[in-house]
This record gives sequence, structure tokens and C-alpha cells, in this order.
Amino acid sequence: MNSLTRWQRPELSTWPGFGRLTDIRDEIDRLFESPLTEWAHTSNLLSGWTPALDLYEDKDNLFVKMELPGMKREDIDVSLHEGSLSISGERKSEQKHETADVYRAERFFGRFQRTVALPTPVAADKVKAQYKDGILTVTLPKTEEAKPKQIDVNVS
Amino acid sequence: MKATIQTEQRPATDGRKEREFVAPEVNIFETKDGYVLEAEMPGVNKQGLEIMLEGNEITLVGHRQNEAVAGVPLFRERALADYRRVFDLDPAIDTAKISAKMDQGVLTLTLPKSERVKPRKITVD
Repeated sequence: MNSLTRWQRPELSTWPGFGRLTDIRDEIDRLFESPLTEWAHTSNLLSGWTPALDLYEDKDNLFVKMELPGMKREDIDVSLHEGSLSISGERKSEQKHETADVYRAERFFGRFQRTVALPTPVAADKVKAQYKDGILTVTLPKTEEAKPKQIDVNVS
Repeated sequence: MKATIQTEQRPATDGRKEREFVAPEVNIFETKDGYVLEAEMPGVNKQGLEIMLEGNEITLVGHRQNEAVAGVPLFRERALADYRRVFDLDPAIDTAKISAKMDQGVLTLTLPKSERVKPRKITVD
């Protein structure tokens, strides 16, 4: 240590600087404070599109409702295989906006597939699907054997 | 992001009880003629849509229609709340010319810029 050159501050080229660190901290805070829907968006980015689905049951039918806004009927596939209902499809991005500046891009475009195990046997040939207001409704009539029956017992 | 269609307020949320509104997912584009906003509101049709313009603020509300289902739910993932989201508009938007279209649960708003802010070429005599 006998060099007499003046001490210089080491170059901090890789140091992010306090400003940047604060940004990261704000970002982390924001993640913890943000509502769950924003988390859902994050997971969309990682795992693709998982449209929300409900399953209902009445005496004669099962009903599946799935939220698929902005699709074309012909891009939705519904199939039944060994007691499982599969719904798949693809939402295509519209080409017309490609030259525009994007301010927000929260909608997911691309393929999805979901499969539900049905709790009761259904009559495959009587399954109906309807697509309206961005919601797909699949009506699955139960087989005669699966319907609840009233058994009269004679009490003597 | 200089121009301001992007600032917005999300409805206040209460973690415990079911929310009254959910914020629809949106895409917003800017073209040279204006903005296009697409909002996903599955279950909402033309009749269930309310668009309110107040000063420089636009409020989109979507009420779900015909959602009554026969039977009991076996499992549910869908939030059956109505939709609401508020956006501040770029002052360049000609609010008199905003138009809306609803197709399969997607609202498309077209927000043209007023003629005076559009870039134009001035010819020199």
C-alpha cells in the first residue's frame, strides 16, 4: 500500500442504487397489498388461461357453466369421455390492434383446456351446449339409473 | 405512459364478505385516431351494461343477466358479482363520440380523439 495515487471511490457500475432498490421494495409492497385478482393475473401469465367453471346439479341434470368471454362458437370444443367432461378451445387475438400502443393487456389469448370428472353417469347422446353472453352452459341429463328414485315401502 | 386513460380506481374490497363488484380485465390500445378499450364481462349483455361519463371519468358497470341456475352448486369458481371499473380519460378524447359494442361478454369501447389534437400536416404556401 505505498501507491500515492489519490483514493478513489470504487466504480459502482453494478450497484443498483438506492432509487432502484426503493422501486423494488415498492413493487413488493404493492404485490402484498394488491387484491387477489391481480395475483390471479400473475398466475395467468405463468400457467396460461384457466377459465372459471361452476358445476350444478338438479334432479334430472348436471349443469356446467364456464366463463369464456369473446370466443367464437366454432373455437369451443366440448367432449365427453368416460365420465369426464372436457372443454377446450382457443381465443384468438384480433390482428387489428397490433400496430397500436398497448396501455393495458390483461386479457389472455391462446389455448385452454379444462376437464371435470362428473359425479354421476350422464346420457352422452343428450348432452347440449349453449354459448351466450360469453358464458358456455353445458346441460348433461343424468341417465335413468342415476336419477334419484322414490321407493314406496308398504308398511304393514 | 403519458396520456391518461390508464389511471383508475378499483372498488374497495373487504376480504371477509363477498364483494359487490369485481374489476373486469381490460385491454387498452391507443391508435392515432383514439383509444380502444376491451373489457371482459362474461354474463353481461347490452341490457345489463351501464356506462357513465362524468367530467373526465368514465365508469363501466356490468350487471350479470339470466344467471339463475336450476339446482344446487356442487362446486363454484365463478365470482357472481357484477362488474365495475373506473378510468380517467385522456382530455384529448372527444367524449361526445364514444361508442360501445357488446359481443359475447366483451365490451369494446371506441374513444376517438377530437379532431383538434390529431396530428396533421400543415402545408406551407
